[in-house]
Formats: sequence, structure tokens, C-alpha cells
Amino acid sequence: MKAIDLFLSPLSAAGRWLGAVLLVVLLLLPYWGSSYVMTVATTVFYLALVGQSWNLMLGFAGLLSIGHALFVGVGAYASAYLFSAIGLPPAIGVVPAVALAVLIGLLIGYLGFRFAIGGVYFALLTIAFAEFVRIVVDHVPWLGATEGFFLKVSAADRHGIDLANLRGAPEMYYYLIMALALGALVLCRYLLRSRLGYYWQAIRDDPEAAEALGINLLRYRMYAVAISSGMAGVAGVFYAFYQNSLFPEIVFNIERSIEATLGSIVGGVGTLFGPIFGTFILTPLGEFVTEGIDLLKHWRVIDPETKLDGLKLLVWSFIVVLIVLFKPTGLWPWVCHRLRLTRPGAEG
Amino acid sequence: MDPWTLANAVVSGLLIGLVYGLSALGLSVIFGVIRIVNFAHGEIMVVGMFFALLMFRWLGLDPLLSVPLAAAAMFGFGYVLQLIVVSRVSHLPEHMQFLLLAAIAIMIVSALLLVFGPDAQGVHVGYAWDSVAFGELIVDYPKMFAAVAAIVVAALLLAFFKYTTTGKAIRACADNRMGAQVVGLNVGQLYALTFGIGAACLGAAGAIILLLFEVHPYLAPGYTLLAFVIVIVGGLGSLFGALVGGILIGVSEALAAVLFQPSMKSAFSFALLILVLLLRPQGLLGKAVR
Amino acid sequence: MVPLLRVEGVSKSFRGLLALNDVSFDVVERGIAALIGPNGAGKTTLFNVIAGVFRPDRGAVRLGGADITGRRPDQICHAGIGRTFQLVKPFAQMTVLENVTVAALHGARSVAEAKAAARGFLELLELDTRAGQHAANLTLPDRKRLEVARALATGPRLLLLDEVMAGLRPSETDRMVATLRRLRDETGLTILLIEHVMRAVMALSERITVLHHGEKISEGAPERIVRDPAVLECYLGDQEP
Repeated sequence: MKAIDLFLSPLSAAGRWLGAVLLVVLLLLPYWGSSYVMTVATTVFYLALVGQSWNLMLGFAGLLSIGHALFVGVGAYASAYLFSAIGLPPAIGVVPAVALAVLIGLLIGYLGFRFAIGGVYFALLTIAFAEFVRIVVDHVPWLGATEGFFLKVSAADRHGIDLANLRGAPEMYYYLIMALALGALVLCRYLLRSRLGYYWQAIRDDPEAAEALGINLLRYRMYAVAISSGMAGVAGVFYAFYQNSLFPEIVFNIERSIEATLGSIVGGVGTLFGPIFGTFILTPLGEFVTEGIDLLKHWRVIDPETKLDGLKLLVWSFIVVLIVLFKPTGLWPWVCHRLRLTRPGAEG
Repeated sequence: MDPWTLANAVVSGLLIGLVYGLSALGLSVIFGVIRIVNFAHGEIMVVGMFFALLMFRWLGLDPLLSVPLAAAAMFGFGYVLQLIVVSRVSHLPEHMQFLLLAAIAIMIVSALLLVFGPDAQGVHVGYAWDSVAFGELIVDYPKMFAAVAAIVVAALLLAFFKYTTTGKAIRACADNRMGAQVVGLNVGQLYALTFGIGAACLGAAGAIILLLFEVHPYLAPGYTLLAFVIVIVGGLGSLFGALVGGILIGVSEALAAVLFQPSMKSAFSFALLILVLLLRPQGLLGKAVR
Repeated sequence: MVPLLRVEGVSKSFRGLLALNDVSFDVVERGIAALIGPNGAGKTTLFNVIAGVFRPDRGAVRLGGADITGRRPDQICHAGIGRTFQLVKPFAQMTVLENVTVAALHGARSVAEAKAAARGFLELLELDTRAGQHAANLTLPDRKRLEVARALATGPRLLLLDEVMAGLRPSETDRMVATLRRLRDETGLTILLIEHVMRAVMALSERITVLHHGEKISEGAPERIVRDPAVLECYLGDQEP
């Protein structure tokens, strides 16, 4: 109850009503949504989870990562490998998988901080590690190398609910990822209001002043990296068992890392609801574009043979450019203010 | 391992490394003056490659002959980009500038994908398979010409910064922005010029490298990362360092390709990047700051 | 009396340039001492050595007898030294209350407790009406006050104040002086301040150390310092009041 209280306290009456309605709609989505809608909604929550994790690092603790695909990918590969090699169900496999992601995060963080690599250089360090691991996995035969790593899945697996093995109907995946994304939101809300959150924000705004106030920079930055990479690792486990196929070129691609940042930038870096709000705008918009094109092709407005692969990303990145140029604090604080979703003085 | 195989790898790495170095020069110029890490680096270079491809297809122009054209086109692109987009975010935190350029990078790749599709496309020149042999050492004409072209462009650039008034003004601007403003230099204009010049290097490097490799949109992020590796190894902001870094990376990649596996060669570069970042973040040739 | 802070023969150079040369002085417990000198005398460098930002090339810093030389800034803070920055460093995206809460968390068991303590410090520094504002929106004098409130909130035994009166109006300076004096009397705080506002220096400090070109050229009670020819010369030589 306390957690719920904490969560609701900043919301105004309007905010609570809107939140409640949204929640009901989302909970009931499987009853009226088509399988296509379900896929999109699952993707939204998945990206919200990854975005939340990325935002924790940059928005809360001031560390720019362009290597989040690494943590997601490590979680995915580790849990998938443990499942197919020794039959470890992901419900248990998530522990070593996340531990490995955290460990790698800590290694990068430690190296970065130990050698005082800040700002954009830290981002480059994360990119370098992600790319390095991608190429290594490309050459590891027991992880499928470039051919990909596949999880066995049978038609029977598509029904029912087997949470331990992450096998079941699409609805199960949807509810699971929704719970994870909302759980991450609650966790972040809690952390932000805790000692840790205060210290992180202080470090983000001015490391030198934070240190003078007695904050051990290395320790609290490492906490941020650990929690962030752990959250990304959890997302990775979900990804592996939702997709059932892993390719280094896709999983560890730098585009995945950048994708993780988009929602938060659109929603608002450093805000609590920014990442989820941003993905709620971007993902459906991307789908809308793709669907719109298909429709136009169907109606022969444009030649069905034309390939328009890049259009979705083009639209997304164009929106990000506009946001950075004209609303660098993101859309969420603005929407909040406009619709009076939060109480005056409360942070969104 | 046969010593001639190694020697061939070293020479070929050295020649390609010069082109890499030219491209990295573009990154270094922009960072050195505007203090912005151009995350759309490889993308601009790939645009230069496609530009040269079109010149070849439409006019039958050898990529080496389109070098000045590609450089001019990319200069215009870079100039406008800095003047109307990048300059607007100079007050934002570093990470927002970085993310803006990342978004621009994705826009470019997506646009290229729409226009050219994902398949690799190349040019075929008459001398593609010609080479000159020194004993067992065989040097391809395309690589040799590419390296010479890269040296010429790099030399022109260095001469520009050393001898022309504008070049000196840009350097003054890099050393001391406030000072430059005080003595009446138009900093905004000089920054746009600088971004233009950096992009022109990329256009030239793109046209040159089309002689050696086929082009496709997804090549871009790889080139961006490669340039980061080079300038960080050579020292961000050091022009000479970028060229040396390019040669170093070119040779080490070529060696890694013969000693290990060709597909492992970039892992080698990233390992090098990580090492340099950790042990000598100012780069091998950069000045110690800390 | 036992000195709370003892600086022993501290030297520090940057790239061959000697910023501090064999500087020694004491600050007694519950005392208020000032560090003055022309611009570039090495005052802020000395503060940074005491606060752990720079490690001295030679010499030692002792707090209550314990050697704290070369410790990290956060460890120095834990040892009991709070400091402000000459170029103020507010946590810009946090509110004024949150800024001080971060510091108060240092000695508090919970965020709620720290927040309550922080409100007290805001009142003390006359910032309570600004509690909900983002620190980025404060005026310079208010930012200076915020620096002091934050440093105080860490519960230090020794407070290092780096030009916190600069930019305050005379009446505000007097209030700040009164506040600091009261703090010393009520809580036993020891204060070392760098200050150019002589009005504040003369009103507050019991002992003054004068630095010039990184060296201590004079030290003693305020009345003596203002008459010291060496001090007058260094100030007049640098064309400063």
C-alpha cells in the first residue's frame, strides 16, 4: 500500500482519473485488441522498460550510455543459453543472466570512473564495449554466432500460462511486460525519493559539489550503473523468450542502443514518466506510419513494389530532432503542466 | 606465416589507413573547433560515397574525379547543418548535442535506405584489377590512387589552416572563442565554415573509398565508430594525430585480418579503443590535460 | 587552546607554477578566522587543499589532531569540514529545499528527517520562501546563501566559506555576519572564511591570515593586520583597496 501511496502522491485528481482509465484500458486490451495491437502494446512496454533503465543512468545519475543494447543482449543470451543448454527455466535463469549484465555494467562503470572518463567519452566507452561484445558473439559457435541462437518453441507453447518457462499465450507476455515496466516505474519512483535518488540527482547536476557534501561519487554512480544494467538485463530475458531468436547483428546493434534513448528524449530525460510516455507516442506512431504505407500500397496510391524500410526510423529520428531543438526538456513535463496531471510543486 | 603476406597486409593497411585518416580528420576538425562530437560522421561519409556513385552512373565519372564535387556538396551540407541546426543546441548539455547528432545520423541512414535500398553497390573502374609488384609485394592501383588522393586532400586541408586568413581565424576561434569574438570574428560563421570543412573531408574520403569498397547505408555506423577509434587513439583535436591514428588502425586491422579472422578485425580496433580510453584518454599524440 | 584546523607547511604547484609555498596556520576551536589577500594569492587553492580537491605536494592538513591530508572531498566532509564554492555550484535542476536536503541526508536516518532539518537551515539563511524554486532560478545572493545552507546542513565542525558575502548588500552582509556569529556561539562551529568584503572580515574574524603570491606574509588580530605595512603594500601594490 505504501508503494501505491508513494506512486499516487504527486498526481492531481485529474492525473489519478486519467491514470486509472488508462490502466483499465490497458488491462482490458487483450479482450478487444487484435493480435497486431497486442504485439504493438507489448513492444511499447518492452521499450518503456529499456528506456526507464537508460533514463535512470542519464536522467538520474548523469551518465550517458549508448551501449544499453549490451546489457539487454547479455541478459537475453545468458538466459536463453542456460535454458537450452541445461534446461534452466528463465524464472531462475533471470538471476544469473541479470547478474552477468550487472557485472559487465559494473566493469564498464568502474573502468570509466576509475580513469575519470566523463561525458561523451563515457558514452564512447559503452559503445566500444557493446560493439566488442557483438563481434565476439558473432564468433562464438555455441551461441549460434552469426547464424543466430534459437529457442525451441512448439505450437502447444502458444497457449496457457507457464511463467516459469516463459511459455504461453501472447496475453501472458503482454501482462508480464506490462507488470515489469510498471514495476520499473514504481521502483524508479521509490529510488528517486530515497537517499539514493537525492544523491544521484546531486551528482548529475554537479559532481564536484556533490562530493563536497560527502557523497562518494564512485559508489553512488556504481549503484546507478548496477540497477540500470540489471533492469536492462531483465528486459533482455523477456526479449529472448518473446522473440525466441537472437542474432548478434540485431540484439547488439548500436541502433538498439539508440532506440533505448528515443522514448526518454521525447518524453523527457530525467523525468519519471518520460520514458513510458515517449514510447507510448513513438511506437504507435511508427506503426501508424508503417501501416499507412501498407494501406497506400494496398490502394495503389504508391507502387506496392517500392521499398520503404527506413521510413519509420526516419519519422522517429525526425521527431527526436524536433524535440531536442524545440523542447529539450521533453514532452511529459509540458503535458503534465498543460493537463494539470500533477499537483503543483510535485515532480512529474 | 609468410613474411610477404604480412608485408602485403601492412602496405594495404597503410594505404587504406590514409583514407581512414582523412575521414577522421573531418571528425577532429569539427571537435577541435566547435567542441561537438559529430555522431553523424559516418553517415555524411556514406552520403559522399553515394554521391560519387551517382556521378559514376550518370556521368561516368571516376570516383577520384568526383572528389572535389563530393567535397563541395558535403561542404554545403555541413555548413547548412551547423548554421541552422547544430548551432541552436550549443547551450544544451553535451549529451543532448550528442543525441541530436545521433538522431540526425539515423535520419540520414533511413533516408539513404529509402532512396538506395539496403543492397551493396559499387563502381567498376578500368584499373580495378591492375597492380604493381615489388618482388612479392603487390600494390593495387585503386588502393595506391586512393592513398595518394587522401594525402593530397589532407595536405590541402593542413595548408588551409596554416596559411590562409580564414584558416588562421578558425584556429584562433578554437583556441579561444571569447577572444575571437572580442577581436570581431564572426564565430557563428566560422563554426559553420568549420563544420562544412569537416564534412568536406568526409565527402572526399567517401568518394575516395568508393574506389575500394561497395557502398550501402548500413556502412555508416561502422565508419562513425571507426573514426572515433582513430581520433581517440590519435588524440581528439589533433589533426596530425588523426592521420597517424588512421594509419595505425588501418595497419592493425589489416594485420588482425590475416593473423586472426577478417571478421574479427574491428573487435581488435574496439579493444584498442577501450585500452586507449582507459590508459591515455588524451590519445597517443594528444597533450595531457589532467 | 587546541587548534581545530592545523595547516602545516603546505606547498602546491601547478605545472611548475608555485601556487602555495610552505603555508602554515591554525584555526582554533570555536574561532572565526579569515584568509585574505589579493587576487591570485592562492586562497582558493588553499581551500581546495584543505577540502581534499587537491593533494598538497608537501605539508599536511590536520583536523582535531587527525591527519586528513590527501583524503577525498567526500571523506573530508565526513571528517567534519563543510565548504562553499566561490563560483557557486547549485544543483540546478533540483529545488532549493532538495539542494539542502541532499546535504542534510549526511547525518539523517531518513529522507523525511533530512527534509525537516533542511527547512531549518533554509529559515536560518532566509531562504525559506524560496524552498520550492528550482535552484537554477535563484539570484546570485540567494545562490550564495544556498551554498552556506548546504555546507551547514552537512553538520560540520569547521565551515569553509569562500567569498559568500560578495554581491550582498551591506544590510544583507550584516545579517549574514550576525547569523554566522550566532551559529558559532550557539553550536560551537568553527569558521574559516575567504573574503574580499572587508566590512565582513573586520566584523567577524578574530584572526586573519594574509596570503600573497602563495606565501603567508602576515597573521594576527584584525586591528594589527590593517596596520601591517607588508599587508598594506601588497594590497596597494596590486592596486586594490
